[in-house]
Amino acid sequence: MIPASFDYVAPSSVEEALQALAQGGEEAKVLGGGQSLLPVLRMRLAAPTTVVDLRKLTELRGVRDEGDAIVIGSMTTHHDVTRDPLVAEHAELVVKTIRTVADPQIRHRGTFGGSLVHADPAGDLLAPAVALGAEMVIAGSSGRRTVPASEFFLDFFTTAVAPDEILVEVRIPKHTGWGSHYEKFNRVAQAWSIVAVAAAVRSEGGSIAEARVVLTNMGSTPIRATGVEQALVGQPASDEVIRAAAQHAAEGTSPMTDGNADGDYREHLARVLTGRAVAAAAGLAVQGG
Amino acid sequence: MTRIAVTVDGVKYADEVEPRMLLVHYLREQVGKTGTVVGCDTSNCGACTVHLDGRSVKSCSILAVQADGSEVTTIEGLAREGQLHPVQQAFHDNHALQCGFCTPGMIMQSIDLLGDNPDPDDAAVREGLEGNLCRCTGYQNIVKAVRDAADMMSSGAGPAAERVSPSSVAGGGR
Amino acid sequence: MTATAQPSANELGRSRKRKEDARLISGRTRWTDNISLPGMVHLAVLRSPVAHATIGSIEVEAAKQAPGVAAVFTGRDFADEQGSLPCAWPISSDMVAPQAPSLAVDRVNFAGEAVAVVAARSAAEAHDALELIEVDFDDLPVVLDMEAALADGADLVHPEQGTNRNALWVFDSAEVGTGGDVEDAIRDASDNGVVVRRRFRQQRLVPAFMEPRSVVMDPTGEQLTLWSATQVPHILRVMIAMTLGVPEHKVRVIAPDVGGGFGGKLQVTPEEIITFLVAQRLGKPAKWTESRSESLVSGHHGRDQIQDITICASRDGTVTGLKVELMADMGAYLRLVSPGIPILGAFMYNAIYKIPAYHFACTNVFTTKTPTDAYRGAGRPEATFAIERIMDELAVELGMEPLELRERNWIKHEEFPFTTVSTLTYDSGNYEAATARAKELFGYDGLRAEQRRRREAGDPVQLGIGISTFTEMCGLAPSRVLGSLSYAAGGWEHASIRMLPTGKVEVVTGSSPHGQGHETAWSQIVSDQLGVGFDDVEVLHGDTQSSHKGMDSYGSRSLTVGGIAVVKAAEKVVDKARKVAAHMLEASEDDLEYDRGRFTVRGTDKGTTVADVALAVFAAHDLPDGVEASLDSDATFDPENFSFPHGTHLCATEVDTETGHVTIRSYVCVDDVGTVVNPLIVEGQIHGGLAQGIAQALFEEAVYDEAGTLITGTLADYLVPSAVDLPNFVTDRTETPSTTNPLGVKGVGEAGTIASTPAVVNAVIDSVRHLGVRDVEMPCSPQTVWRAINAAQGRAKSVSEGYTDTAAGGGLGSVDASGGAR
Repeated sequence: MIPASFDYVAPSSVEEALQALAQGGEEAKVLGGGQSLLPVLRMRLAAPTTVVDLRKLTELRGVRDEGDAIVIGSMTTHHDVTRDPLVAEHAELVVKTIRTVADPQIRHRGTFGGSLVHADPAGDLLAPAVALGAEMVIAGSSGRRTVPASEFFLDFFTTAVAPDEILVEVRIPKHTGWGSHYEKFNRVAQAWSIVAVAAAVRSEGGSIAEARVVLTNMGSTPIRATGVEQALVGQPASDEVIRAAAQHAAEGTSPMTDGNADGDYREHLARVLTGRAVAAAAGLAVQGG
Repeated sequence: MTRIAVTVDGVKYADEVEPRMLLVHYLREQVGKTGTVVGCDTSNCGACTVHLDGRSVKSCSILAVQADGSEVTTIEGLAREGQLHPVQQAFHDNHALQCGFCTPGMIMQSIDLLGDNPDPDDAAVREGLEGNLCRCTGYQNIVKAVRDAADMMSSGAGPAAERVSPSSVAGGGR
Repeated sequence: MTATAQPSANELGRSRKRKEDARLISGRTRWTDNISLPGMVHLAVLRSPVAHATIGSIEVEAAKQAPGVAAVFTGRDFADEQGSLPCAWPISSDMVAPQAPSLAVDRVNFAGEAVAVVAARSAAEAHDALELIEVDFDDLPVVLDMEAALADGADLVHPEQGTNRNALWVFDSAEVGTGGDVEDAIRDASDNGVVVRRRFRQQRLVPAFMEPRSVVMDPTGEQLTLWSATQVPHILRVMIAMTLGVPEHKVRVIAPDVGGGFGGKLQVTPEEIITFLVAQRLGKPAKWTESRSESLVSGHHGRDQIQDITICASRDGTVTGLKVELMADMGAYLRLVSPGIPILGAFMYNAIYKIPAYHFACTNVFTTKTPTDAYRGAGRPEATFAIERIMDELAVELGMEPLELRERNWIKHEEFPFTTVSTLTYDSGNYEAATARAKELFGYDGLRAEQRRRREAGDPVQLGIGISTFTEMCGLAPSRVLGSLSYAAGGWEHASIRMLPTGKVEVVTGSSPHGQGHETAWSQIVSDQLGVGFDDVEVLHGDTQSSHKGMDSYGSRSLTVGGIAVVKAAEKVVDKARKVAAHMLEASEDDLEYDRGRFTVRGTDKGTTVADVALAVFAAHDLPDGVEASLDSDATFDPENFSFPHGTHLCATEVDTETGHVTIRSYVCVDDVGTVVNPLIVEGQIHGGLAQGIAQALFEEAVYDEAGTLITGTLADYLVPSAVDLPNFVTDRTETPSTTNPLGVKGVGEAGTIASTPAVVNAVIDSVRHLGVRDVEMPCSPQTVWRAINAAQGRAKSVSEGYTDTAAGGGLGSVDASGGAR
């Protein structure tokens, strides 16, 4: 299939890009790496009048150290994020998650910011962003604003980024020394997550000092499993504690029923996978497949 | 129409293209590189895999305009002075293809994965090829071929590796 | 004279690397979509978004005015000339066969049916114009469930036919005289033995060949030339002539490089007819290439049967009867061989077993879904699945080890040839040898011991072993058998051999390769027969101008029929050459010995070669009286019987009982495909077949929603497994030559697919049988397995309100009344 016709601009600065979006109006669409957008255009599920390609905005690529946080440019490819030593050291959960995203070719082209703004509830990067308390830096005509990840994802395929705005970078507070794991469950390797769980755990002297557990595809946006987190904090990192805590995983979720799984099965998976994700993050051996 | 300049298999092209034209259609229809094929419309099958500035990509999920200023290597640009690339040779030697439709994409992705990991085990090869579907082979001989190519390309592997040094081919030696 | 290589001593059985590869690994390919002709228009097809509706008005003016558009046609434009797409297999004299237009005229009967076609300067412009066509559909009730479709008062797919029943086909061993009455056997076993009943569901599958279909038609030459990504160029040519009334000799069909088929390109498609007609109307070449999503919804599907199976046995495990009652979904129309596909299975349910009483009845049903037709195995995977699944269930019922039960009932190697209850005569086989080798490679006893340990330990990941001891009938087929089944054509194959003056050889075959490696295998056969070098043989195929006669490739028939035709043609070349050689050597024909291309005068060192004779014949200066100046020969081979490959497949699965996720831990198969021409190619065929059979067991299903829309319409939803999702296979062979052909070969193309599906499902169930699970419906998705465990353990939580079941996720109730799981 071939996309419908559109006008194309490839601005050389964020300001130019914002101008192009303003001129394009509601029917303009930002093109990052294109790995989510292109299939949609090819199937003609979307037909923007203008496509604003950010490929020339080199300032949006790369990772930098900002003291207590690392900052990932929104146009940094998945591949480059996984290879970055800063991310590996301070946000290991992101690296582990990206390794499960799609396939190598798509990771070569797809961008960190693009996945977040696409906001597919089955998309894998949303949960770690929430788990690590990321802050989204959004540029608009009136300047830049910062939105915490917990308030960024609004609904299916909907974020706080307005049609005339661009996500420029993502600040991730350093989680140096945290254990982490992304437990993804799907039917074939390249399929989207049926359910997945992002877990990050900070241990102190054999007990869990802090825990972040966020669920993928258990609702229209990533869902933080606060019941699980509360049940973990201050407890020893044992199988029993984790298993008991994981029973809270499906609380407050609203999973959908689709061709791969019914809602009740997703709730069950959320509990099982949460147990496995937290155990792995805490460095315990994990049973099961 | 938008003007682009692209190097494909070592030859420079300057063309006017519609912004909506996919890179794979540009390669097939405008440059004549029909060795690269289209197998799906959701970027699942990987048959259209080429190298863009030295990395494997799915050319059905990239606009030709996005490749402006870039270098593209296709299956047709691999052989050097009549010698097959070791991965091409290994696919032949190990019967890693039947109908051959997925083969260009498989070979291009295999080269990329060997660039990342020159000595992969079976599991690493399978994971590196997870974005490429084959309906004929059951993948077993493809995995075998990639590992065979790794042996051929490794230093000290003898004349087979010297024919085409990894650094002289796209995707190798990164 | 150019140099010709000396043939190797043993060309047959040699792992020759394929000749075909050179162009395929370098991108020098000739896919149909690569073809571009001067002035060519590109076609885009508008497809019905609804499953069942009458077509009101179709507004095409805006599309006709769109940039680059040459023409727009609807079914009404072609109604008088498009005819009805052919069905070549009327399985019964009273079969219901509705008209099957290529472009729908008054009504659409499945979502995806072609409604209009745009011809434009570019494919992009053609697709743009599609969006400007307005069709007024008046919805009709959809018909999706086969049982409901057969009920009185059911909504009808084709109201003018008065029924959704296409045909009923019955075989009964008591009536035919090959066995007893199965009802007697069941009655007897109810009292004195064991009766097991199961309902199995063969989910609907998509062949999913990697190369999307493509058609190019050039009407500008003397002959109308059609390129198509087809398995059947010869059949297509005849059918175009018969369907459209075009003189056959004015049609040339070419199948260039074809990227896989698996039965999915064994078809005369609406799009071939549409492309043909548009090009003719416009007087310009036209090309249609489908997108993958188009392919999934409009190319024919496979399988889709409900199987009610009853098996009965005495307490010692001797099977006494088998009753098979099927419903087979035809979809909305009959395609080329749709009605015959389930009937092919009729002869295979008794499999490798001695079954004294057998009854088979199949009801073919129309629904408002994509038509079904051949998919790898075609009727035989369904049969093999059912018998191998129910043998496991019978073993459980009897408390027997499942391999022992099989051995008790299978045909012993010393009992061949053996005529089965379904009338076939199996010429050869050795089930004992294949099974013994498979058990050894698999480590059967060790895995059983590990299974016991893990069950006792209550391991969350449980181990299971699945068995499939199978046979198949392949090499379609003896023409007289096809005739007795009302198939419209014969099953012969044609080959011809042209001896060139320089000693090179051209082989023309009526088989039509699409990935198998015919060029390599045929070269090996000819090299062996005529003593010419492997590289001195060129194999020509897939173009009705060069290969004028053929029955094409499907049903594992190429080698056993087409390959033997090559042997027969080569024998004729040798016979012709013998006369000339005798003349050249001044000897009597009776004194000549022939071996691999060389004639020698018995008891002397005088001799000559076929190649030398070819040159002498070319010169023709000194030929014996009455001898024609040509060695060229052709042959048409029609086998007297099928061939019967068999094998033993063993699969070990690990089931995560917490999630239902299945992992294949090991897969061992020992196949007997008779004499092997090229072991490398044979192993590749087995691997690929296994992958497709495993995919049916675990991953793939074409799912429709309640509106009749295909919801697995892209490769993101229809789960073709990748390298990560499949295991390494351990393969081996035993070799019991077929006695039905001179090479002793059998077929191999479908074996892996036929055998593997029940091996995997049996293993999955065996993994969790101790938890009370008695069935898991295909595909054994994690959710399906998890629910089976839950249901069996009686702790299935009632589905809370707000969740609706979908067929893809939950599956329909499979199963027997005894509470097997979903």
